[in-house]
Amino acid sequence: MSLVFYIITALTVAGGLASMVLKNTVHCALALTVAFAGLALFFLNLDAQFAGFVQILVYIGAVAILVVFAILLTKGSETPKGGVFSRTWLAGLAVAAAVFAVLGWAILHTAPMLPGASPAPTATVLQIGQALIGRYVLPLEIVAVLLTAALIGAVIVAMHEKEGTK
Amino acid sequence: MLGEGILKGMAETAKNFFGSYFSADRLTTVEYPEQRIAPFEAARVFPFLVYDAKNPPDAADWEAGMRCVACQICEKECPPKCIYIEKSTDRKPDALGKPQFYPARFDIDISVCMSCQICVEVCPFEAIKMDTEFELSTGDRFGGLLLDRKQLAKSNEYYHQIHLNEANAVDARLAAEKAKAEAKTKAAVAAKAPSIAAATAGEGA
Amino acid sequence: MIDNLDQIFVLLQHWLVSFLPASWQGAASVLINAAAIVCVFPALFAVAVWLERKGLGRMQNRLGPNRVGPYGLLQPIADGIKSLTKEDIVPLSADTAVHFLAPVLLVVTAFMGFAVLPMGRNMVLVDLDAGLLFYFAMGASTELAVFMAGWSSRNKYSLLGAMRAVAQMISYEVVLLLSSVVVVMMAGSLSLTKIVEAQNHYTWGIPHWYIFTPWGLAGFVMYAIAATAETNRSPFDLPEGESELVAGYHTEYSGFKFALFFLGEYVAMLSISGLGTTLFLGGWSAPFSFLTWVPSWIWFFSKLMLSIFVFIWMRGTLPRLRQDQLMNFAWKFVLPMCLLNLMVAAVWRFMGDGWLRWFVCSAILLVAYVGVGLTELRKKHIGPRSYRYAE
Repeated sequence: MSLVFYIITALTVAGGLASMVLKNTVHCALALTVAFAGLALFFLNLDAQFAGFVQILVYIGAVAILVVFAILLTKGSETPKGGVFSRTWLAGLAVAAAVFAVLGWAILHTAPMLPGASPAPTATVLQIGQALIGRYVLPLEIVAVLLTAALIGAVIVAMHEKEGTK
Repeated sequence: MLGEGILKGMAETAKNFFGSYFSADRLTTVEYPEQRIAPFEAARVFPFLVYDAKNPPDAADWEAGMRCVACQICEKECPPKCIYIEKSTDRKPDALGKPQFYPARFDIDISVCMSCQICVEVCPFEAIKMDTEFELSTGDRFGGLLLDRKQLAKSNEYYHQIHLNEANAVDARLAAEKAKAEAKTKAAVAAKAPSIAAATAGEGA
Repeated sequence: MIDNLDQIFVLLQHWLVSFLPASWQGAASVLINAAAIVCVFPALFAVAVWLERKGLGRMQNRLGPNRVGPYGLLQPIADGIKSLTKEDIVPLSADTAVHFLAPVLLVVTAFMGFAVLPMGRNMVLVDLDAGLLFYFAMGASTELAVFMAGWSSRNKYSLLGAMRAVAQMISYEVVLLLSSVVVVMMAGSLSLTKIVEAQNHYTWGIPHWYIFTPWGLAGFVMYAIAATAETNRSPFDLPEGESELVAGYHTEYSGFKFALFFLGEYVAMLSISGLGTTLFLGGWSAPFSFLTWVPSWIWFFSKLMLSIFVFIWMRGTLPRLRQDQLMNFAWKFVLPMCLLNLMVAAVWRFMGDGWLRWFVCSAILLVAYVGVGLTELRKKHIGPRSYRYAE
């Protein structure tokens, strides 16, 4: 595991921790953006160029902005008066530890089953494109329909608000 | 709606851009203060007091030849009240020979003056006119912007230089008034002593 | 000799790197290239600022700055010194960390875009397979910087200005991507070097630049509109024009941070023009086949400065668009035309060579443009004003 991997790990974990620990919600959203960037760097480290750049484009360029807008349009941008940590933090810690244990066991258990030390498959954009149009065209179309439904739903919800007040 | 307006606009700006290197009407700015545009006939900035210089001119002309008789009409009519006049106690003869008061003090505060020209319009003696001098900035914000009568007094020749048509009209009016006054006095003298006038006229002829 | 002149920067880089031991040469060559980009493009920024002030002045029947140096050439230096020495005022209630990081993020993401632009033959910093996608990823991060600037100022007007700027940038980002997708479709690759090479062929002396095709011309026009909106230039400069009128997202910035915003805006303009020339104007290829002896990087930078001049020309000509007008324009007019352009490009591809495809594609695009223009964008009848109050 190279030095670059450790640096990216440190960045991602720091971003994730900061987004939990910071008091100001918008700061948390920005720290989450740093975590997204760390994930993108992981993808790039593994030579998955398409996944890495799409991660930046979608997560940082759209999802982070969406999160920040959502925080601003509600009252989340004010620092809460009573602290940010809940009273039942022990139960939360127990649940989180259990989930981590299950995931860790699953990953470590399947690690020996992978074909060892083979060169990573290069998924160029051409191959991804061909797969999307060839083998996975039905899921692609279903996702497209889902996105269209979401867009139309958003427009209808926004329009209804306008009709309601007039 | 098809974007032809944008194209027409872009053609006009391109003509401005390339034309500004060749023709003067596409580049209307001048590089002040090295170059200046000649002031217009009707340009006005702040008022000044006109004085008639004797021929040959004398250094004390500005005080003796000032047309202002301290009637204080401009002081009363000025909307922001920027004129301050103190009448003199003695009189001196004016252009028509009649003894008139003169202003011992005539101050205009040009930081207040709004160049409305009302003082010029109401002056019955053609004594105050609008100047075109605008480079009056000074470091002294209060005293430096309060012009006294020495600074305000400028000759009739200067008035001709800055507003030629107006000055000519004013001169014609004043000459007509003077001629009318002289004709009236001559008629009065002739009416009072016709024999003496006839005798002197006969002797003179 | 001509080839040497064309490759002069590449040869210079190889010569500089040859002084170092072999294990360091890879990193050193990348560092030298990056340093060259960081030196050249701010210099071009200074030239662009000078060109803007003089050009805009001439278009407005006046001289631009002409006192600082001959023809005002030292004016950008004077501006730089002014912004370095001005007091850096940070509002008391502002969020200092985010307030500091916003211009930094803006400038960093603006400069990152240059990494994939081919500025001459063999002159790309990193030849990525998904180069175009990298460029757009960096462009998307710019929006976050704008938002951070507006929010951290703790100023309602700054926040509103930032929200409007982000809304405008997101809408036109969609248009930008879709108008570039046409080029990707026809070139068959996301790599910018391959896109330029696909345009570098000549027929009867005229190159195969994509702008000389009907779908390419439509795509270029829409790309230009989206690029103007992305970099907040006139006529889409409501976010920054507001800072003259009320406030904008960089109101609370003074001194060098404001200079960084200014730099970021012009560098983004340069970089998006660079991408536009790569995608539609053939990048570093010469306009006529008998001119290929001129070095390729001269063509790239000439086309870049020509695009900058067109930006300045548009700024001098057009009044500002209102927020609702520009959003309407993006979603109701430009976006459908982009989608239609995709279909037209597909028709072009599958019709095969010949004059018929020119005619059919141009006809479809013209009819759609005129039709939508006359119906969608005509002056709406303005009735009595209706009010909508906040709940």
